[in-house]
Amino acid sequence: MRILNLAGRRLAASIPTLLLILVGVFLLLQFAPGDTVDAMMAQMGGGDAATARELRRFYGLDLSIPMQLANYLWRLVRLDLGFSAIYGKPVAAVILERLPPTLLLMTSALSFAFFFGLVFGVIAARGVNRWPDTLISTVGLVFYATPSFWFGLMAIVVFSIYLQWLPAGGFEDIGAVRTGIWRMLDIASHLVLPSLTLGLIFLAIYLRIMRASMLEVLNLDFVRTARAKGLDETRIITRHVLRNALLPMVTLIGLQAGTMLGGSVVVETVFSLPGLGRLAYESVVQRDLNTLLGIVFVSALLVILVNFITDLLYARLDPRIAADS
Amino acid sequence: MTSSRFEINRRAALLTSAAIAANVVNPFRAFAQETPRKGGVFNVHYGAEQRQLNPSLQASTGVYIIGGKIQENLVDLDANGQPVGVLAESWEATPDGKTITFKLRKGVTWHDGKPFTSEDVAFTAMNMWKKILNYGSTLQLFLTSVDTPDPQTAIFRYERPMPLNLLLRALPDLGYVSAKHLYESGDIRQNPANLAPVGTGPFKFVKYERGQYIIAERNADYWRSNSPYLDRIVWKVITDRAAAAAQLEAGDLHYSPFSGLTISDMARLGKDKRFIVSTKGNEGNARTNTLEFNVRRKELADVKVRRAVAHAINVPFFIENFLGDFAKLGTGPIPSTSTDFYPGTNTPQYPYDKAKAAALLDEAGYKPGAGGTRFALKLLPAPWGEDISLWSTFIQQSLGEVGIAVEIVRNDGGGFLKQVYDEHAFDLSTGWHQYRNDPAVSTTVWYRSGQPKGAPWTNQWGWDDAKIDKIIDDAATEVDPLKRKALYADFVREANTELPVWMPIEQIFVTVITAKARNHSNTPRWGSSSWHDLWLSA
Repeated sequence: MRILNLAGRRLAASIPTLLLILVGVFLLLQFAPGDTVDAMMAQMGGGDAATARELRRFYGLDLSIPMQLANYLWRLVRLDLGFSAIYGKPVAAVILERLPPTLLLMTSALSFAFFFGLVFGVIAARGVNRWPDTLISTVGLVFYATPSFWFGLMAIVVFSIYLQWLPAGGFEDIGAVRTGIWRMLDIASHLVLPSLTLGLIFLAIYLRIMRASMLEVLNLDFVRTARAKGLDETRIITRHVLRNALLPMVTLIGLQAGTMLGGSVVVETVFSLPGLGRLAYESVVQRDLNTLLGIVFVSALLVILVNFITDLLYARLDPRIAADS
Repeated sequence: MTSSRFEINRRAALLTSAAIAANVVNPFRAFAQETPRKGGVFNVHYGAEQRQLNPSLQASTGVYIIGGKIQENLVDLDANGQPVGVLAESWEATPDGKTITFKLRKGVTWHDGKPFTSEDVAFTAMNMWKKILNYGSTLQLFLTSVDTPDPQTAIFRYERPMPLNLLLRALPDLGYVSAKHLYESGDIRQNPANLAPVGTGPFKFVKYERGQYIIAERNADYWRSNSPYLDRIVWKVITDRAAAAAQLEAGDLHYSPFSGLTISDMARLGKDKRFIVSTKGNEGNARTNTLEFNVRRKELADVKVRRAVAHAINVPFFIENFLGDFAKLGTGPIPSTSTDFYPGTNTPQYPYDKAKAAALLDEAGYKPGAGGTRFALKLLPAPWGEDISLWSTFIQQSLGEVGIAVEIVRNDGGGFLKQVYDEHAFDLSTGWHQYRNDPAVSTTVWYRSGQPKGAPWTNQWGWDDAKIDKIIDDAATEVDPLKRKALYADFVREANTELPVWMPIEQIFVTVITAKARNHSNTPRWGSSSWHDLWLSA
């Protein structure tokens, strides 16, 4: 399969990029004043210089920067992500614990944004310049302009405090020990508000892209031909227009997988979700280089994976792409 | 000697707007007739995860709030702020102050069933307090050995006199005991028990889910019979202050300690009948807002300039408009909550007087130049707490009015400590000084010369004064409590005269707790204490 070949080559090409990113992040963090021991001292509320020296030796921070970098890369070659100074266990274990909430949040937010972006985009394009379009475009603009932390807090005030329908935060209910389907439902109820909050901005973007590309495709010759053939309008939209209009949407998903990881920092903080975004933030503040590099590594892999899937989707939507490669 | 402890409440009550005052005047609506109810889960706001939970290795409220329920200290403070035995039943010092004997409680067992003995105390003191624990390594610097003639006796031997009242006031924070049998082999810092603590306390560690929660449950074999009342305690990790306030309102949290919410949320919840918002129970966690002068800088080496800076800032205005009911005017390095050491008269003080500030600067030889500016300074605020940020902006504007241009350089925690305490790359810095029951624990190091570079919260301003050094050293080994108190009065007077650090605002941490809680906030370090008598009404 040629598309797999293409994707394989892409994958190989991304290894130097990955290396560059890791070295770049490593060096960038060296510019931040203070190291993990300083951050630790801040947390403890003080300590003496001998303790600090001892801790620096313990975390290998007494070595020179090139030595630290070389050590890190050598460990990475052996697929060892190192030891987390914040959590006192291997970085791989810490990341593995934090990955499920982030993945769940990302997938649910993306599917929500994609689905409703598509539906509203189509509705807006169908009623262009009439009231459905005006309404949808205005609401979309409001979503786009609202900061997600504010939206999240308002959602908590309305749905958790006043209506008491949904939990205000956390990943699952700790009080009740649930298993199987009940646990899944519990986690799902905890994810509703965060997914909405994270998804709304993306929904606004998808909606505008969908609307624009629908309008563009609707004016193309083959649509006119289809209409001339006397096809009914629903069939024109679903079979002809939608399929072609979806391409820019799929492109965007690939691009935004990375953005979403970044955006989830705020949402994870507001909803106290134990995800990768918050872990990344904490590891910067605590100068935990190993954990941060580990997260960069895993996120980069995620983005590469999503782009790989995007490539496959492209080929499915537009066979010419697979043929061209 | 407890009157001044309540002075803050009384004073606040007189000053405040009605809503919060109602709670401060009577923070504990009378429940004397109620009988304690067993059971219930207590949900606690946990703002910042620590790298470990063993209070024998790390002295900070972030650790005590969890580890202090599971492990116990030799001594704690009672409702009047006096030392009261926990794992120690009694203590005795020789007149020379070099030998202090603790008699330990009988019939206490670790959560894993092994008996608690003096061996545990000796091991913890020599290997953890003296070597690893922050502040402990300074406090126990002259500890030479701990003898254990029998399982219920631990004899601390010191090279230099150790004032008994200093040790007893330090041990509530720096006297948590760990089990020898768990720590005697291997690297203490790497021990798995640091994140799954085993203690003798009222609650047993159950589970730590990183980034989410920590759970401890009732210890059925606790030595205080009929205690604890709660079934379990759950600490929920919530880093966002606004989110924590929302969870309190939604009923998912019962307690947010140590001013964990924003100032406006605390004021708002204070008007809500479901919550009690008060400084009570935090008297042992007093802190002052500081302004630190790097005296390596030529202008700041002149005491006239330092005094001019203090006179130029309208502190009462700042407190009234920005901090509200949670703060009061500070008078020096020892806060008024310290019943044992507060000297009463803390002269000299530096009341707001812009004309006097300008005159002092003129006198020091710094006349206004072009545009009215005399000289420029770099101010580094610590990043913990919104009050510090507001205070630094207020300093900048106030000093601008007397011709000192201030540039604010903001950093995160690690960056701030590095630049101020290691690289000394500041002219002015501002943050909190936390007072820990006795000035010798963590206050005098702010003034004593010869602090090693890079040690946070010590004298890194380059201050060197033989007179102050001598008072500090004498007081640290003075065995007679009355003489010690007099020495610290001298210390406060000298510190306020020379002003290497200015401590103009006194604050006590604010607690937000559900009105259903009983027996809460009943000791001066309640947030850190063991909560063995805490219960929830139906």
